[in-house]
Amino acid sequence: MESLDKSKFRIIGIDESEAETIVRPNLTYWQDAWRRLKQNKVAIFSLFLLILLFLLCIFGPYIGPDYKFQDMSVRNQGPSAAHWFGTDTLGRDLFSRLWIGGRVSLSIGFVGTLIEVIIGCIYGGISGYFGGSVDDVMMRIVEILNSIPYMIVVIILSVILKPGIVSLLLALCITGWTGMARMVRGQVMQLKESEYILAAKALGSDSNRIIFKHLIPNTIGIIIVYTTFDIPSFIFAEAFLSFIGLGIQPPKTSWGALCSYGQQTMDFYPHQLLFPALAICITMLAFNLLGDGLRDALDPKLRQ
Amino acid sequence: MMNENLIEVKNLKKYFKISKHDILKAVDNVSFNIRKGETLGLVGESGCGKTTCGRTVLGLYEATDGEILFKGKDISKLRGNEKKEFTKNAQIIFQDPYASLDARMTVGDIIAEGIDIHNLHTGKERTEKIYELLSLVGLNKEHASRFPHEFSGGQRQRIGIARALAVEPEFIVCDEPISALDVSIQAQVVNLLINLQRNLGLTYLFIAHDLSMVKHISDRVGVMYLGNLVELASSGVLYDKPLHPYTQALLSAIPIPDPDVSRTRKRIMLEGEVPSPINPKPGCRFAPRCKYAKPICKEVDPVLKEVEKDHFVSCHLY
Repeated sequence: MESLDKSKFRIIGIDESEAETIVRPNLTYWQDAWRRLKQNKVAIFSLFLLILLFLLCIFGPYIGPDYKFQDMSVRNQGPSAAHWFGTDTLGRDLFSRLWIGGRVSLSIGFVGTLIEVIIGCIYGGISGYFGGSVDDVMMRIVEILNSIPYMIVVIILSVILKPGIVSLLLALCITGWTGMARMVRGQVMQLKESEYILAAKALGSDSNRIIFKHLIPNTIGIIIVYTTFDIPSFIFAEAFLSFIGLGIQPPKTSWGALCSYGQQTMDFYPHQLLFPALAICITMLAFNLLGDGLRDALDPKLRQ
Repeated sequence: MMNENLIEVKNLKKYFKISKHDILKAVDNVSFNIRKGETLGLVGESGCGKTTCGRTVLGLYEATDGEILFKGKDISKLRGNEKKEFTKNAQIIFQDPYASLDARMTVGDIIAEGIDIHNLHTGKERTEKIYELLSLVGLNKEHASRFPHEFSGGQRQRIGIARALAVEPEFIVCDEPISALDVSIQAQVVNLLINLQRNLGLTYLFIAHDLSMVKHISDRVGVMYLGNLVELASSGVLYDKPLHPYTQALLSAIPIPDPDVSRTRKRIMLEGEVPSPINPKPGCRFAPRCKYAKPICKEVDPVLKEVEKDHFVSCHLY
């Protein structure tokens, strides 16, 4: 082996301050979550699909004829250039009706979830943060509410109140928030024992600061994930109730109501059932896949 | 060194109620004092109440009984501004560098938490102070905008130290600050703590189970067993001439980096397991495992008494 000449080497030294530098770019929590969500092709496709559905629900009804307009000369037609998704037994354009129904279904999904998040977070947050006997009483109430089959509550409320969006929302929310409350309570109980909360207490911070600076930012990710799984369950519950006739009443419509009418003529005109059923399926699937993606993206333990 | 007492703990008791009949006596009748500028080490095996003791001294847990005096004032009686003033003067460094930093805040905000709570600095001054603290613990300015998960364990522990120092405290409880770290990083953090003490005149309550590290940093050492303080002496005396049978057994477990000494040394092996701290039996807690135990040990609680000057032991043998 050839001997190496010492003069070929020189000591370049090491800069002390460089020992602690971090090469990774500086990302906030949300930037990092978005970066990881983007890597999940299925979730991004679902997000794209949902945005498309929203846009169609907003602008779709203006494309074709009015959703209430009855044209007896074109009853029960299949999909054609004039009526993209065909017409129903009263000659109404199904394309327009589908997106009008979508507005109702999606808004029930969003408004219901929003009410649930607000009540659930406040209730669960109070219960978890204060603990002790406050928690005992509040959780017993939740358990009692949970023990009532929600179908019975919904049917009774729909009978007492006039069937419609308001009574439907009221019936779905009256018991629906308990799951969120339990989840938030569990999170808060777990977090309030953590050492960084103790550190904040040792530094003299009050309850307000602990709740708004530590507890809420640390639970928001999980709440968002839970929300994306809850929206489709509201849409599904609405569709189911409308299908059995307890929900939206004509001439208004929703995806569940459209399915209900479609089902009556299923043997002869299957397209009347196919399109609203497909809309429900795609929405549910997209929300679930997006929720899965968000769970992976927002979980701090999974970050690389 | 001044001999003024910064902290006096008198007959401190902290019980946790587990069920109607079961009481866990985590800290039972512990008394000690910490002089201004000194480091008191607190050692003992897992579950002996060291951490509970440290947290109770800071008022993070409410004491069941007993007094904790900080500069002569009982901390349980502090209210409003006085209480806030106490949190500015007494701080804590936690054991787990991963759990003790909020993952959703930047390092700058974590360090500045105390500054914000006590309104010490705002605007540009606040940023300057964060940079000053970062360089004090050996980190860079650029780290202020980073998030905790981007740091190693040793770096995170130094962030925790910077957070405690931000309010310029006089007294810091170091709750096993090094036990979660690699050996190479342990020395780095301990030396940082010693330098800070020298430069800022801090007083430490140093909780650990690493005996040689405690000897290195402490002026005096207290040994805890099952919620009781069994021996308290200056670190030189305690390590050379331990009196309590438990301390003797504990010290014989320190590894010695000399095979000849290690081979001839007699290791005191304790029989049996640590009894449960739930509803303990009367008498000395160590009696069931002590080879010198006398009938009195199982009946009467021993009290901490001064056997030699500044050497306290809680044992019926002395």
